[in-house]
Amino acid sequence: MNTAFDNSDDMRDLYRELILDHARNPRHFGKLDDATHCADGINPLCGDKLRLYLRVNEDQSIAAAGFEGSGCAISVASASLLTDLIIGLPSSQVQNYYNAVMQRLGVPGADDAEPGSIDLGKLKALDGVREYPSRVKCATLAWQAMNSALDNQPTPVSTE
Amino acid sequence: MTNAQENRSNEACVENYRQDFPALQQTISGHPLVYLDSASSAQQPACVIDTVAEYQRNDHSNVHRGVHTLSHRATEAYEGARDKIQGFINAASRNEIINTSGTTESINLVAQSYCRPLLSAGDKILATELEHHSNIVPWQLVCEQTGAELLVVPIDDRGQLNLDEFDNLLTDEVRFVAIGHVSNALGTINPVKEIVEKAHALDIPVLVDGAQGVPHMQIDVQDLGCDFYAFSGHKMYGPTGTGILYGREKLLEAMPPYKGGGDMIIEVSFDGTVFNELPYKFEAGTPNISGVIGLGAAVDYLQSVGLQQIAQHESWLLDYMTREISKIDGIRLFGTAENKASVQSFLLDDIHAHDLGTILDHQGVAIRTGHHCAMPVMSFFRIPGTARASLALYNNAADIDQLIVALKKAQQLFA
Repeated sequence: MNTAFDNSDDMRDLYRELILDHARNPRHFGKLDDATHCADGINPLCGDKLRLYLRVNEDQSIAAAGFEGSGCAISVASASLLTDLIIGLPSSQVQNYYNAVMQRLGVPGADDAEPGSIDLGKLKALDGVREYPSRVKCATLAWQAMNSALDNQPTPVSTE
Repeated sequence: MTNAQENRSNEACVENYRQDFPALQQTISGHPLVYLDSASSAQQPACVIDTVAEYQRNDHSNVHRGVHTLSHRATEAYEGARDKIQGFINAASRNEIINTSGTTESINLVAQSYCRPLLSAGDKILATELEHHSNIVPWQLVCEQTGAELLVVPIDDRGQLNLDEFDNLLTDEVRFVAIGHVSNALGTINPVKEIVEKAHALDIPVLVDGAQGVPHMQIDVQDLGCDFYAFSGHKMYGPTGTGILYGREKLLEAMPPYKGGGDMIIEVSFDGTVFNELPYKFEAGTPNISGVIGLGAAVDYLQSVGLQQIAQHESWLLDYMTREISKIDGIRLFGTAENKASVQSFLLDDIHAHDLGTILDHQGVAIRTGHHCAMPVMSFFRIPGTARASLALYNNAADIDQLIVALKKAQQLFA
């Protein structure tokens, strides 16, 4: 660990190693040519835009996921972690993860049924975002785009 | 006096001004607050805060309506502020000073009340690529309503207007020119006086968006020669929700009211309504009385410091900031015009501006990040946004030094 951050100025509660790793080397980055579902997420506050692609099997499990666009470290890492996680999962379970992440980040109005019933694994790396209310929208951008893609909502989702 | 001596004397003055601003006397995450976001909204000196509080405590009533003492006091203070603002920008008459909610409303007022009746299909309005959204969208709306077209003067890679292209676009089809005095995203000072002269040679009226001009330089609307000058109170150390539209009396006289309601009428019946005189014709409804009185106090404050002193100090500090920030490897500057005021936009390595903003905030440094409501400028540079440090009369070299320390920490974190 860099000694410059061994004090109260440490921001590694937000920028954890896993977050920085996914921000620098986002997984599943790029357009998914054979996507069955797609939605845009826009954060008008900073102008960030990302497009999330999903290929959903007939049995409603996620065959493939990808994303493209530009964003801050938090939004890119969140999109990377999301796509990494959901491939292979049934969409019903993806919905559970969505609800759990929204709850964990303290998003107002998040469905609070069955809190803590799901192991968030690597997604816990996003926990630090809770302490930075202006950045919660960055972390939720990809998740809301995914939700919108699965709902087949035609309009871009906005985190504003 | 040598340069070094001059800088020291400036620093001594600035230390006094800092004491005038209660908000600056706090720490953020254990660091003294370094406020470098005054282009978004400037902090208010105690004299403004106290004037507003004093009014609320003792003098509040509605203006222009009552015969009682409090209404009289409120009216005196409210109209007194108008006189101060008239003097501050050297308008020829107090009738030319219209109170609005801010620059945005001032520009919308001109678009709807002056331009809309004047425009027909095929007419052109000329704006620039540097404009804030509030000096773009009102013109797009009036173009949609009338079939007119919005033309855009392009910028070069330093963020300066292409004046040759301005000359080319300024034809007799142009009915109106709208231009920012100082770019909020890049700090470019536009040659507005020259632009007004060229437009007036073709009898084309000009609106200047002065939101970023008024806090940083002495404005003389008669010397600039513009037809309209719009600005906001909260960027010049006054309260939010206040703003001014200066307009030449002859033009304002001929314009229809923008909003209807109380205070803007002389007589109302269902057979017809007689509108009030200037400036009240454009001030429908109970105005932001306390805010306007606070704005008057902000004018007093600015004049007590002196706009020349402010301009000199901020110019020195902008040079210092630009020089120091340029020493950091991996810094990219946006907006390097010859003639600039108080703003530097930048990016560091490939760190997103939003991340920079959060990390700097953790070091007590408040900057603005994002597109700064100037998306066309961001598109020009092919970036989603920048980090922007903007200066006010209360900033000093120590603020810049803390900015540099914080930027280096961000760089280490993302290394």
